[in-house]
Amino acid sequence: MAKSPDMKITPEVIAEHGLSKDEYKIILDRLGREPNINELGIFSVMWSEHCSYKSSRRHLGKFLTTGKRVIQGPGENAGVIDIDGDDAIIFKMESHNHPSYIEPYQGAATGVGGIMRDVFTMGARPIALMNALRFGDPSHPKTKSLVTGVVAGIGGYGNCVGVPTVGGETNFDKGYNGNILVNAMCVGLADKNKVFYSAAKGVGNPIFYVGSKTGRDGIHGATMASAEFDDDSEEKRPTVQVGDPFTEKLLIEACLELMNTDAIIAIQDMGAAGLTSSSVEMADKGGVGITLNLDVVPQRETNMTPYEMMLSESQERMLMVIKPGKEKLALDIFNKWELDVAEIGITTDTGRLTLKHKGKIVCDIPVAPLADDAPNLDRPFIKTEPRDVLNAEDIIETQDYNDALKRIMASPDIASKRWIWEQYDRHVMGDTVDSSQSGGDAAIVRIHGTNKAVAITTDVTPRYCLADPYEGGKQCVAETWRNLTCVGADPIAITDCLNFGNPERPEIMGQLVGCIEGMDEACRAFDYPVVSGNVSLYNETNGQAIPPTPAVGGVGLIPDLAYFAKIKGAKDGDTLIMIGETEGWLGASVYLKEILRREDGAPPPVNLSAEKLNGDYIRRLIRNRRVNAVHDCSDGGFAVTAVELAFASNIGVHLKGSNHIPGHAWYFGEDQGRYLISVEENSVNPILSTAQGLGIHAEVVGSVGGETVRGDNAFDLPLSTLRSAHERWLPDLMDS
Amino acid sequence: MRTAVIVFPASNCDRDAAVALEKITGQKPHMVWHRDTSLPANIDFVVLPGGFSYGDYLRSGAIAARSPIVKDIVAKATKGLPVAGFCNGFQVLTETGLLPGALMRNKGLKFVCRPETLKIVNSKSRFTKRYGDKKEVVFPVAHHDGNYFADEATLNMLEKDGRVIFKYADNPNGSARDIAGICNKAGNVFGMMPHPERAIDPLHGGTDGIELFKSILGAI
Repeated sequence: MAKSPDMKITPEVIAEHGLSKDEYKIILDRLGREPNINELGIFSVMWSEHCSYKSSRRHLGKFLTTGKRVIQGPGENAGVIDIDGDDAIIFKMESHNHPSYIEPYQGAATGVGGIMRDVFTMGARPIALMNALRFGDPSHPKTKSLVTGVVAGIGGYGNCVGVPTVGGETNFDKGYNGNILVNAMCVGLADKNKVFYSAAKGVGNPIFYVGSKTGRDGIHGATMASAEFDDDSEEKRPTVQVGDPFTEKLLIEACLELMNTDAIIAIQDMGAAGLTSSSVEMADKGGVGITLNLDVVPQRETNMTPYEMMLSESQERMLMVIKPGKEKLALDIFNKWELDVAEIGITTDTGRLTLKHKGKIVCDIPVAPLADDAPNLDRPFIKTEPRDVLNAEDIIETQDYNDALKRIMASPDIASKRWIWEQYDRHVMGDTVDSSQSGGDAAIVRIHGTNKAVAITTDVTPRYCLADPYEGGKQCVAETWRNLTCVGADPIAITDCLNFGNPERPEIMGQLVGCIEGMDEACRAFDYPVVSGNVSLYNETNGQAIPPTPAVGGVGLIPDLAYFAKIKGAKDGDTLIMIGETEGWLGASVYLKEILRREDGAPPPVNLSAEKLNGDYIRRLIRNRRVNAVHDCSDGGFAVTAVELAFASNIGVHLKGSNHIPGHAWYFGEDQGRYLISVEENSVNPILSTAQGLGIHAEVVGSVGGETVRGDNAFDLPLSTLRSAHERWLPDLMDS
Repeated sequence: MRTAVIVFPASNCDRDAAVALEKITGQKPHMVWHRDTSLPANIDFVVLPGGFSYGDYLRSGAIAARSPIVKDIVAKATKGLPVAGFCNGFQVLTETGLLPGALMRNKGLKFVCRPETLKIVNSKSRFTKRYGDKKEVVFPVAHHDGNYFADEATLNMLEKDGRVIFKYADNPNGSARDIAGICNKAGNVFGMMPHPERAIDPLHGGTDGIELFKSILGAI
């Protein structure tokens, strides 16, 4: 990608930069002349799908983004919420899909590094990491090596930096054979009076560069992430960045130390489109111009051109505007941490991005069009055709429930992911209360030095979104809300990572629009706003798109750790109660996929008002210490939920059958808005009668005890047999 | 009781160690920077914390073992100053030569993080004497390079002299003779791969680590 400074701007060069003819016309108009190659490169990355959200922006605008605990919604590096006292939680989820497919270790590692920078840039110490991973069919030849590389990369980065990776989710589906998804989420803790923003306000202030040197890695990474893959995608390996978690750790400590002083006016990490997007965003938000002297940018390689420096995505770099007079204070702190640092520019009143290199001005463009005039497309979309609702009576009932349950517990989406999460340090920082280890619904991380905690979860069910984007969109938000509820947390807000195919295809746009609208309806029903997020489009290879996958990361607050719940804790003699109504919905279910190899049917609808009632009741029961264990009923239905609860508590369960719903629909139906709770016998009647008074469906569905999992007229298996099937699937796959 | 925790670039269990020491002693430990050339005066006990000092570049613990502060620690430890290294701290101690052997890459070649049951092999050491009749403890492990190696003669000597303090009940990393923690000949320098500082609070899922710290601090 070496570009000589006086390279002629031909239609081929414009196309190579992913710019349309119309977009190029706007550039000519705004500049009043032809851009040079540096300027063209800068427009190209700023207007890439990845940086400009040009296909999704008008739809994202529909989201609920405000609420009484929201300090900062979308538009900054990450979202900020108030968790009482002086504490704020800063969090975001982001994709690193394209690089992780091409170079799994570095792609995943730098995804983790990038999302942590988004969070500590705003003044937060990262306290937890999560990830949502989607791989292709387990038997696909690339799957094993991708799993190995991605997991090692996530662990290699997070473990070294010393932030616990506390939870996540992993799916396998042939829809991801050509495009895996690696979505990483970071949650940080800040003083709410000391949140840092990116607006470079004021003229004549010095601009500091700190962190790793700039190399030729990652040039045009943002553009790569804005295009489909084809058979030659492997050739894009050089556009994948290389991570150095050691430098990241030093950057965190140095930045947080500097943030404890009053030296910083604005700060921004160099993520996608590196020096370009960080300087443009700071200037645009601050309403100023920026002049940079590229000769003093710390460089890893010799003879780097302005084009390369501006488009490099070398990792672990920050840009900040420092108060005049505080330069030495900043330099001393960065030198203490042995980080490369340089004063590379100044804020100006020109409103222009001006770059100097070897005595020449190599770029001089107005900032506003780069950011504000970015294309905002109204792409045509076709709504997804609704699928038929399936009746349980028309779906084959298994003749061997023992076999069916065992197969489902050992199926790719349900099986234990221990092989993955044992490679992540889940306890560093000493505040992890619950993590992947328990198999619970949400991770719990204590706020250091207090008795409150945050609950964190990620969730989406792509097969529902594929079947019905609107219902699937509602469901993913509702499921995170339910997961947070299960541990007794008050759900506060979400971040999202919207992974879709090529938006130039109306049916893909239809999926995106449908999911966003469904998600938003759920957000509004729960007063559960979106505070940050990311969109990843063009997850497509040779025209084959991924299933729509709007991953949602939810955060909630446990005000006092004296009152919370886990999946673990069911006791011998407990009664199992199902909160929420079961109708036996088998469309788009795990049962259909794993037992009948069918993936048809409408997904279960989410009744948001029942969902809200049920969840509020669960939280009330937890606060009143009425429950020993809670688990939400989702993938695989009642039977899977009960077995998971039994695993966590290491005790058997006996499940009652239904006299009005067929066995397969009763045990494996995936009706939404349900919770399985384990309660002591003397709590049963009060719980049922209070529920009745509130208009909530609640019924006794079984009991706890023994060493087997028994379902009336269905299965009867030792817990150990199921556990072994559940635990062996992934290690067996990886060893095969 | 004056304690110190050494902070190297990319130490990441320094805060965890500090929390544990403060919980037991009631006093905040001194956080000592790697470039300092000597410990603060009258330090009674030093912890080398877990993490990835210097990014684990070259070899885990190798660069830290040559840092200015560690020279002073080695000098004082040879005169009897109690020192404990957990995880990366254990790796640093083997690199200094204060403890014999080396920590190699885990046998499974993967990072491993899980609660691990340890057998208390020597309950008379100054690091374990408060455990009394207790035979086992559970501490989490979280490491990539925890596979303890030493030659046969050294291993025999360690076992014979009661210097093997903990062994894994279910070896997670391929360590020779299931060794999880050892001490030096004088019994004042101790290293282990598992993290006792992550087992000091019921919310951690266990509190077996508390008696280890109480043993050391009580022995001073």
